[in-house]
Amino acid sequence: MPEVLKAPLVVEFPFTRSLGPVQSAFLTGLRERIVLGVKTTDGRTLVPPVEYDPVTADDLRDLVEVAATGTVTTWAWNHAPRRGQPLDTPFAWVLVRLDGADTALLHALDVPGPDAVRTGTRVRIRWAEERTGAITDIACFEPHDGDPAEPTGSTGEFADPVTGIVAPARLDYSYSPGRAQSAYIEELSTRRTVGERCPSCHKVYVPPRGACPTCGVPTAEQVEVGPRGTVTTFCIVNIKAKNLDIEVPYVYAHIALDGAGLALHGRIGGIPYDQVRMGLRVEPVWTDGARYPDHYRPTGEPDADYDAYKELL
Amino acid sequence: MTGEETPGARDIAVVAFAQTDVLRTTDELSEVEMLMPVLHSVLDRTGLKTADIGFTCSGSSDYLAGRAFSFTLALDGVGAWPPISESHVEMDGAWALYEAWTKLLTGDADTALVYSYGKSSPGSLRDVLTRQLDPYYVAPLWPDSVALAALQAQALIDAGQADESALAAVGARSRRVATLNSHAQLRGTVPQGDYAVRPLRTGDCPPVGDGAAAVILAAGERARDLCSRPAWIRGIDHRIEAHSLGVRDLTDSPSTRLAAEKAGAFERPVDTAELHAPFSAQEIVLRKALRLDDSVRVNLSGGALAANPMMAAGLIRLGEAAARIHRGESDRALGHATSGPCLQQNLVAVLEGDAR
Ligand SMILES: [Zn+2]
Repeated sequence: MPEVLKAPLVVEFPFTRSLGPVQSAFLTGLRERIVLGVKTTDGRTLVPPVEYDPVTADDLRDLVEVAATGTVTTWAWNHAPRRGQPLDTPFAWVLVRLDGADTALLHALDVPGPDAVRTGTRVRIRWAEERTGAITDIACFEPHDGDPAEPTGSTGEFADPVTGIVAPARLDYSYSPGRAQSAYIEELSTRRTVGERCPSCHKVYVPPRGACPTCGVPTAEQVEVGPRGTVTTFCIVNIKAKNLDIEVPYVYAHIALDGAGLALHGRIGGIPYDQVRMGLRVEPVWTDGARYPDHYRPTGEPDADYDAYKELL
Repeated sequence: MTGEETPGARDIAVVAFAQTDVLRTTDELSEVEMLMPVLHSVLDRTGLKTADIGFTCSGSSDYLAGRAFSFTLALDGVGAWPPISESHVEMDGAWALYEAWTKLLTGDADTALVYSYGKSSPGSLRDVLTRQLDPYYVAPLWPDSVALAALQAQALIDAGQADESALAAVGARSRRVATLNSHAQLRGTVPQGDYAVRPLRTGDCPPVGDGAAAVILAAGERARDLCSRPAWIRGIDHRIEAHSLGVRDLTDSPSTRLAAEKAGAFERPVDTAELHAPFSAQEIVLRKALRLDDSVRVNLSGGALAANPMMAAGLIRLGEAAARIHRGESDRALGHATSGPCLQQNLVAVLEGDAR
């Protein structure tokens, strides 16, 4: 068995999220160094505030300011901070019940070591220098010896409220496609297209995924297909894709390689877009150093009979 | 559906269960390649073919794979063409089993294939799981799954319900009994280790691993045809708590208690329980919520502290409970699955074998 392939895969996306009235007030408040909670119908104050009561599902809109000081209700010592976490030096994760609140907020506490924190430790907010209206406007908490902080008297009304956040997310993977697809990609590097034959229905699947989607049984027998094939269906692309250096319009097609039981897709070149047709015989065009065909071009053969590929549409 | 059966409701049972060995990495296998042996194992046990299955439901997560619609590739393993009656939950397979159970209750199908799988090895699981958190107030801080479990463990310690040695004992017992479970990832004596996030040490945390599981459900007489001792689902229910950790009492699991009550778990004692408690402190919380005393055999499989393949570990709990009934080792068993941070969502199933 050839070596299984592996490659880094980074999934990164800036999630843009809109805010409801309560979340908007809370995050705008943080920008202004003000902490707001929301009152429930039974008189409790939830911080951070939510728009619906977690128990009764009542609509909650009654904003109330709480202090920037509070008490640790539970904690955990994080000796090895991870990417994206509030501090890059060892810190305590804490749930903090701010003075005036009945529930606790999750954040980080900046103390030198685990001996400097316990449940009941008094803390205050350390504000971020630059604040945009996000939970990270609280840089972290820090120990606090004095009295509870005085609220500022905010009503929760702001001149320029924050209405959305952008939350970037990045996850790093080391992707492995498994046995069947690794073998397929390895063969492609020698410009050969190899599928796998189902032991039950005898169709050849390209690219192979190790299982026959019709029969639900494992496949293992490798079969070389192509290089020539037949266009089974196609579409004309009129919108230029970002980072893709192909002039529009162009044709994207399903191509049944000779010997394959399934069509794969690829771009058709070497022929005006409006002359591509079902049944057109094509062959791959490779560019130097490429790991897969750049596009497919007409072979010049007569078109295939419809009956020859109708099962592959 | 509650423990009080609706008149005329169909009896539905787990008739077959299979699971893979859980391994730290499975680079050589794609998801469908990992899944195929367990799919064929449950089919072989019942003599069914994929085309005989009335409904198929799966559980998995794109975030583990790092690819959108990743479950569609796994469908190849059940012969999805020609079209089948099929559904998917972006959750643990225990919830797929719940969906399949409701489908069988409607009478639209007599048999169901439920499967789930997860490969945690390609990514960094602690980071990946942060993406299931509240995206406004919590996820931007990237609190990882171990950190959140550690907050729960400290709350339990502060409440005087456990100490670090009691936590260590949970992990040690799980891995000791797992020596009898050839599928488990961590077996035998495992050092309690250093703090991962204090107060949790590595021994209090589940191993990160890849694995898959599959179950077949059948209704009424069909179940008796397919299995000599079906594990009848007497009740099944799932409940959820507020996503904000600061609103919840982390030392308790009211959603588990409510799900158990609605599933009829408290009507008569169970002899066996399979609890999905990925972290040691969570087993203590769950035992209390489910009122399990020492007369109940808990997690003889080793539980999630011995093997915790994401998206499959909950289904494996239900499958392990059912398999004990199949083998005549239990007459009334409880299966529990959890999802989300600090036992946020909980599912409880009560399974029974026919009287002997
Ligand atoms: Zn086949």
